[in-house]
Amino acid sequence: MATANDANKVRRGLLIKLIKEYRKGTLRETIDRIPYQMRPKNDESSRCCIYKDRAVLKYRLMAMLGIGVETETDESKPLSEYYDDAEKREKPDSDILSVLDVACSHCITSRYLVTNACRGCFARPCTFNCPKNAIKVIDGQARIDYNLCIDCGKCTQVCPFHAIIRVPVPCEEACPVNAIRRDEKTDRQYIDFEACTSCGKCMTACPFGAILERSQIIDILNAIKAGKDVVAMVAPAIVGQFAGSLGQIASALKKAGFAKMVEVALGAEMTTEHEVKDFIDRMNDDGTLMTTSCCPAYVETVKRHVPEMLPFVSGAKTPMQYTAETVKQETPNAITVFIGPCVAKRKEASEDNNTDYVMTFEELGAMFAAYEIDVAGEPAIKLEHDVKGYARGFATSCGVSAAILEEMKKLHPEMDIPELKGNFINGLDKKAVKQLKLYAQGKLPGNFLEVMACEGGCVGGPCAIGQVRLATQAVKKLAEEPPK
Amino acid sequence: MSKVHVKICVGTTCFVMGASELQDLEKFLPDDLKDKVEISGAACLGLCRDENYGEAPFVTVDGEPLSNATVNAIVDKIREKL
Ligand code: FES
Repeated sequence: MATANDANKVRRGLLIKLIKEYRKGTLRETIDRIPYQMRPKNDESSRCCIYKDRAVLKYRLMAMLGIGVETETDESKPLSEYYDDAEKREKPDSDILSVLDVACSHCITSRYLVTNACRGCFARPCTFNCPKNAIKVIDGQARIDYNLCIDCGKCTQVCPFHAIIRVPVPCEEACPVNAIRRDEKTDRQYIDFEACTSCGKCMTACPFGAILERSQIIDILNAIKAGKDVVAMVAPAIVGQFAGSLGQIASALKKAGFAKMVEVALGAEMTTEHEVKDFIDRMNDDGTLMTTSCCPAYVETVKRHVPEMLPFVSGAKTPMQYTAETVKQETPNAITVFIGPCVAKRKEASEDNNTDYVMTFEELGAMFAAYEIDVAGEPAIKLEHDVKGYARGFATSCGVSAAILEEMKKLHPEMDIPELKGNFINGLDKKAVKQLKLYAQGKLPGNFLEVMACEGGCVGGPCAIGQVRLATQAVKKLAEEPPK
Repeated sequence: MSKVHVKICVGTTCFVMGASELQDLEKFLPDDLKDKVEISGAACLGLCRDENYGEAPFVTVDGEPLSNATVNAIVDKIREKL
């Protein structure tokens, strides 16, 4: 999700620098100096000191090289050597997110905190209402004994001064499946990869920018440099990520070295057709419910946390998979790069033989900036494939449902078409995961469920750069455009 | 009364570096400024390629370029011009 904040700016600035140096062919020599250039002596620090800032920058660069920071065994190993490792690897990692311990602020885990607005009053409702007797007034201030506190929150409700507040741990709060936790022994935050669905919500939530994503940018730049046919498969959410039309984006991608641009909306058409067929078959076969299958973070959530839902997930492949399949059929030597707002797609791509790499919108934007390509200044080129409008609408919440309804309308009237009673989950959080369980048990109404892990749909993805409201407008407008 | 003109660069570099969010500037303007400012988008101002100008995103306030633009910095600049 694109929000203006310093962590985003630093990350994007760093990416632009990295790509610029790569392009000049000087990255290996200069990469170890980048943290010093960005935080020179006597500069203001954003953490405790410039030395820590530089250490964090070093790890960020490591992640941008596609290397997991937790794999570090030798702290003195320079970035230039990690760069060599990146050059040598054949395939990117399939674990995607890492917690950067030096950047992590080890947020207090006690959820309730007495602030100094506490006046140690006479009535003391906090002490009386605490079911565990965890609050005592000492020296005129209420104190919580965290060994007794069970995080029920009663005290916050009864304090007449609102002096007791709830302090969340942002990453834990954001994770829909409790995959990010504190290790009691080391007191470090860690990601449980068995539980993690790679949705990327922790990354956006952490105010210290301490969750890193392993990039594949070097692999992609290498493929382009080697003169391979690198095909940019752009997710429907790309509209609204840059000021400029699809035709202009296609031209900008060519200028950046991609062989051509293919819209993933092309695959979204196929997904829709398959889902419609799947839905009709299921309903005629006394099925009760079908859910969408295109959001990888949702599908991972089902696999890892709501397995009882699995039989209800449509068997249709995702738009990315159909698109990659088509591209590889047309050009077997092509290197396929999915470009989107999504972290979970990296996971999905690592299991899909036809998708070679994943690039985020943020990385693409940084690449354009580093190459001094201005999308709006490009001539629009004609798109190779005709794509139906509804397929371009996949990127917004309810977009998939709309596509399916539209495709159903076109079926022959004499066919026996079951009525679609649709529902949707717009953004997966802890509550929605519980809801999924109820859906799987048949306790909630409807026979069709669209699930998008990100609020607003893909336009609200963790690696989008466009402002969500405007990007949504742009996607919808294009989806409604009559086909040419 | 003439208005202060704010141009937000939505060229690719500025967009990536935060201009996408600045497009909502109007919403964040303090009430007393709302009818004194005219906001428009602009194509790449060329400043992102010039080392002399600091960092993107760029906006211009009555023609004066502002680098590293944030809502607060823009508001301050507008007040200066009034
Ligand atoms: S993109 Fe804003 S000045 Fe070039």
